[in-house]
Amino acid sequence: MFDSYAENTLQYHKDRCINCKRCTQVCPHGVFAEGPEHAELAHPAACMECGACALNCPVQAIEVQSGVGCAWAMISAAIRGKDMDSGECSCGGSEGSCCGVQEEKSSCCNEK
Amino acid sequence: MGHRVEPGLYQIGNPTAESPVLASANYTLSFDALRSALAGFDAYILVLDTNGINVWCAAGKGTFGTGELASRIETTGLAGIVTHRKIIVPQLGAPGISALEVQRRSGFRVEYGPVRASDLPEYLRTGKATSEMRRVQFPVRDRIVLAPVELVHVALPAIVIAAVLWFLAGPVAALAAIAAVFAGTVLFPVLLPFIPTRDFSTKGLLLGGVVAIPFAAAFASGSALPGWAALIAAITPLLIMPAVTAYLALNFTGSTTFTSRTGVKKEIFRYVPVMTFMAVSGIILGIVLGVTRLLGVI
Repeated sequence: MFDSYAENTLQYHKDRCINCKRCTQVCPHGVFAEGPEHAELAHPAACMECGACALNCPVQAIEVQSGVGCAWAMISAAIRGKDMDSGECSCGGSEGSCCGVQEEKSSCCNEK
Repeated sequence: MGHRVEPGLYQIGNPTAESPVLASANYTLSFDALRSALAGFDAYILVLDTNGINVWCAAGKGTFGTGELASRIETTGLAGIVTHRKIIVPQLGAPGISALEVQRRSGFRVEYGPVRASDLPEYLRTGKATSEMRRVQFPVRDRIVLAPVELVHVALPAIVIAAVLWFLAGPVAALAAIAAVFAGTVLFPVLLPFIPTRDFSTKGLLLGGVVAIPFAAAFASGSALPGWAALIAAITPLLIMPAVTAYLALNFTGSTTFTSRTGVKKEIFRYVPVMTFMAVSGIILGIVLGVTRLLGVI
């Protein structure tokens, strides 16, 4: 109830994992944990779909539809009649864009 | 834009052919954070062209990416400057970098450093990032920093609406508009982890509801309205203000460090219709109240 974030597009095929531990190194939310034989999916609901794990997995054991969870970008795209998923979190650059200002630690859309 | 560093290879201290190489974005704050964290070390910084955007955002867009990293290694002649073949990439650059592909194209092995530049000294000494160093946090300090940005973004429309409301319904109504916006842009980021429920929209509805209570009381008790009109006067802010605060709260998702696109999309479909219904019905009630007063019914 009142939790839209319990499910996401992350899929992990444990059988393909070669235990290189890359996913545990790139995930900013500890979704994957090291295991004796293969990486363990420790906190799947914490996934923010950044896509780092899937992009860095050498054996395609991880799949995720990566994107930026920015309502502002999605609503703007929808208002302009575009596909919501094409709603780029247009960081930096021109006026009226999101992101910027912050250091590495902050996410997108800091400066709208 | 005055936030850019010229892309290329930079030296920290007196690096040798064995010194570590660290990749960064050409955003001034990213570069400066890295440079000050590396004070006292001898190292190279490879600055990628990310159009002046920080590492994480640029990685999400792919400008801090495999292609740019591989070609920057190439154009700077890094392979002739250092004898090792290792490049330390900030962990938050990983959404844009395929380590395997970088190695294939450039011969350099990508190692992901810690999330925060401030952990680099320890990382360089031990050669390992602890799981704590690999976690992104969203502490109150970072959330407070964002509040003015959120506020400025909606300040102009908020002031215009407040001015219009002042004319139409008086100073308390104008203050209500300001309060709803302030709650959504300043209170919400600060109180984010403490407001019940997980969804930003429901958090915003709760916060906006609490903020609306004194206004509902003020409207209901003011200017000696008959019972039904006092009720409408009280309900109006309870409908409009939470909707405004919740909408602003939902728009804060993009500034956070943890919301997934799937979840945000679900929130939009679940709650934007509710917010719209609340705002529209509140505005209609407000108009009804105003018109009846104008006509001298009350």
